[in-house]
Amino acid sequence: MNLEELNATATSERLARMKKRHHMYVCVGTACQALNSEQIAKALQAALKQSGQSSEVEVKCVGCPGLCSLGPLVEIESQINGQVAPGAAEDERRRSVLYQFVKPEDAGEIVAHLDGEPVKRLETPLNQPFFTRQTKIVLEHCGKIDPERIEDYIAVGGYQALLKVLTEMTPQQVIDEITRSGLRGRGGAGFPTGLKWGTVAKSDPSAYPTNVPEGIQSRKFVICNGDEGDPGAFMDRSVMEGDPHRILEGMAIAAYAVGANQGFIYVRAEYPLAVKRLRTAIRQAQRAGLLGSGIGGTAFSFNVDIRLGAGAFVCGEETALMASIEGGRGVPRPRPPFPAESGLWGCPTLINNVETLANVPPIILKGAAWFASIGTEKSKGTKVFALTGQVTNTGLIEVPMGISLREIVFDIGGGIPGGRQFKAVQTGGPSGGCIPAQFLDMPVDYESLAKVGSIMGSGGMIVMDDSTDMVEVARFFMEFCMDESCGKCIPCRAGTVQMYRILTKIQEGRATRRDIQILEELCDMVKHTSLCGLGQSAPNPVISTLRYFREEYERKVNGAQGSEVSVGSEEWGVGKLTAHSA
Amino acid sequence: MGKLRFASVWMGGCSGCHMSFLDLDEWLFDLAEAVEVVYSPVADIKTFPENVDVTLVEGAIANQDHLELIHTIRKNSRLVVSFGDCAVTGNVTAMRNPLGGADVVLDRAYQDAQLLRPQVPHDDGIVPPLIDRVLPVHAVIPVDLYIPGCPPPAKRIRAVLQALIEGKPPEMIGREMLKFG
Amino acid sequence: MPRTLTINGQEISARSDQTILEAARDARIPIPVLCHLDGLTDVGACRMCLVEVAGSNKLLPACTTRVQEGMEVRTDTERLRAYRRQIIELLFAERNHVCAVCVANGHCELQNLGIEVGMEHVRYDYLFPKLGVDLSHERFGMDHNRCILCTRCVRACDQLEGAHTIDVMGRGAKSLIIHDMNVPWGESITCTSCGKCVMACPTGALFKQGSTVAEMVHDAEKLAFLKAARERKVWNV
Repeated sequence: MNLEELNATATSERLARMKKRHHMYVCVGTACQALNSEQIAKALQAALKQSGQSSEVEVKCVGCPGLCSLGPLVEIESQINGQVAPGAAEDERRRSVLYQFVKPEDAGEIVAHLDGEPVKRLETPLNQPFFTRQTKIVLEHCGKIDPERIEDYIAVGGYQALLKVLTEMTPQQVIDEITRSGLRGRGGAGFPTGLKWGTVAKSDPSAYPTNVPEGIQSRKFVICNGDEGDPGAFMDRSVMEGDPHRILEGMAIAAYAVGANQGFIYVRAEYPLAVKRLRTAIRQAQRAGLLGSGIGGTAFSFNVDIRLGAGAFVCGEETALMASIEGGRGVPRPRPPFPAESGLWGCPTLINNVETLANVPPIILKGAAWFASIGTEKSKGTKVFALTGQVTNTGLIEVPMGISLREIVFDIGGGIPGGRQFKAVQTGGPSGGCIPAQFLDMPVDYESLAKVGSIMGSGGMIVMDDSTDMVEVARFFMEFCMDESCGKCIPCRAGTVQMYRILTKIQEGRATRRDIQILEELCDMVKHTSLCGLGQSAPNPVISTLRYFREEYERKVNGAQGSEVSVGSEEWGVGKLTAHSA
Repeated sequence: MGKLRFASVWMGGCSGCHMSFLDLDEWLFDLAEAVEVVYSPVADIKTFPENVDVTLVEGAIANQDHLELIHTIRKNSRLVVSFGDCAVTGNVTAMRNPLGGADVVLDRAYQDAQLLRPQVPHDDGIVPPLIDRVLPVHAVIPVDLYIPGCPPPAKRIRAVLQALIEGKPPEMIGREMLKFG
Repeated sequence: MPRTLTINGQEISARSDQTILEAARDARIPIPVLCHLDGLTDVGACRMCLVEVAGSNKLLPACTTRVQEGMEVRTDTERLRAYRRQIIELLFAERNHVCAVCVANGHCELQNLGIEVGMEHVRYDYLFPKLGVDLSHERFGMDHNRCILCTRCVRACDQLEGAHTIDVMGRGAKSLIIHDMNVPWGESITCTSCGKCVMACPTGALFKQGSTVAEMVHDAEKLAFLKAARERKVWNV
């Protein structure tokens, strides 16, 4: 497909959609699908057939619109008079209604009310803060397009950015645009994306020894890291399930910018739906000539393959991920050399997180200045968070960087249910920290989160109320890190075990103050000596709960002095003996 | 100048550390000048006394009696010294730990490994019951000083005692003082 | 291209392709190592050789970090010493290391490092895992109780013998050295019985059968000789 054909497809697709009086969007993301939402779509189709409206109403299975706690969700867009232009968000001639907790047996009633008043018992307001306080870039199409139809993606402007860079921009111009946008890695570390792209583009594949398997021509690679493994995090999953072509487009643009012809999407096997939809998307894009050789009639070729992660959290760490793609054990290796210089099979490799790549097409289309106008001075754009825990609205949100935690928890999240008090919010998954109430008005950006001892991480956000036992929280995450340690380096492999044991001792009331001291020493050591990010951040939940909720630890240890007094210190009892000596 | 009140105890170990202690040979005379032995396997004293200055503990904590005695020792001693690898690490005494609890170990020793009349001895008050997990001394009570070695060589023991008699902390540095095994 | 750097304040020069560890050794500055073995590639796993480098907010493994012009390296600060002792203690607590009854007693790199870091006791709980001993090979034995998962045997088998009989199974503390697809060593169809893994082992985990306490000497330096002999045709030991 060249630009002309792409535009033609988009136009005809839009026209076909304008013929429909109503559009029904049924969420078939993992959470709603688990609640039988595919049956709802079928029941709606059947009900429409029965009332003879099949031709006028479209039922679409879409990705996650975000408000998982109210699922299954069905959104209905209706034209009031004249025709509806889908995607025209502020179109006055359009009425939208959102139904929550929909069951297949509600289908008849929903269809009967299509042209009248909405079904009151199912309706949830679309103007609630959960929706109005968000700014959607990455998730703009999730819940609006059918992730299994490339035409849907093309209709909302998909692949325009790719063809734009291929036909109008040099690779360096693309890198400059990304650099100017201020986009930073959404995997959590916040490394400037443009800088990373520039490094890969400049890297010489012959600088390090390489061993690329036969049959692969490319000497540079682009990897999309979709090995989202943090407990309570499902941002990447929703993008992969709800808007997979966006990731392919972002990867292709990145590949063009850095000079790669082969890409890999590394997805955990626990995301079967994401894998299925990505596979479908790759097939469709290849058929449309938007992936493969000679994309859009240009000389640029780019292929994408999927690699499945076999359930190791550490494989989200870039060097372990590459080892896994190469077919080895997923264990990290020391950096430098960084993947940008010597990565997959020794070749320069660009590794970006799903959300990072999903930001690329709109930056290309709308410009770096537009993107840089959102967010804070150092953290540009938006961030997707998976809001979970003891908060009224759980689900997926996308907010501008710099929003306060209070806005997220109390406005978007609807506050703490059950009349309980807010206690802490845990950001950044097992590598993150717990942030207490005193920092609720702090802006959410990379630097601020780090300052209070947490991290942005990939976007997990777990809200805790005053019934939460913070030591148990620390123990939960420590157990996770212990189970997920790859075992290569000693501090992480053996240190997490000992930290977990001490936390267990504390929980069982068998610990002394000395144990807390040993725990803190271990936290410091494991943090500074571990080989990779998993180990380096494993102590974070302990460090941050000790920092802000130390009294909970103190309460649990009895007053007894722990064992051992160190030799040579003032505590040592040798002084007591001097009375006996000459 | 008063003499140091000195005790040594034999718990879950082979007595090799005490044998090594006796290898101090003629220096034992000098030691006898400096300390008063108030409790020891080599002295006929039934109860652990009070106001002990230095107690050397040989062996790991392996049974109920050890457990009770070690707390008494801590209470009555100014300085508790883990004496030898079993006290410091659990060592050979603790090699039963991976097998599981006390019952598993007793079954192995008195049932599986016996050809004639296999039976686990049960006579309360005669044999102290084993605890499920053998522990080094510092896992049960605070310990002030450690002398590794299986057994600690006599020279090492002497260096430590010499320092204690002089009222200064011994220098536990280097192969001479620190090698386990 | 020579590089000039300082290690512990001492100015030294090194080749640009040298690691901090190699440069330090040339200058007779000791840095403790455990998973490093001359003749094998470095994996940076044991973290014993971590050093402080001015301007870097992270500690760097000397074995895999290349020297750079003007580097200021510290190998022996109080903080590094404390970390090293903790690492060695963690190892002693992790599996069942009983020096008194070990074939490698007196010839053990783990034991030596215990002495070097000043470990007179272990502050962590001993885990006492239940682990096996594999005596199925006619000449060698593998005692998992004494294994520290340094992977020197894995690398020796792969890089020097070329058999890659040995690898690691599982993850975290449950990692285990295995032969082939986890068959008893004696049943391995790829093992050549060359014994290079036994030479490479820093502890008593791999041993010659028939060795008794303190009898097992590993001869690890022969591996570096072998590599030089094979690759560079250099035979002076």
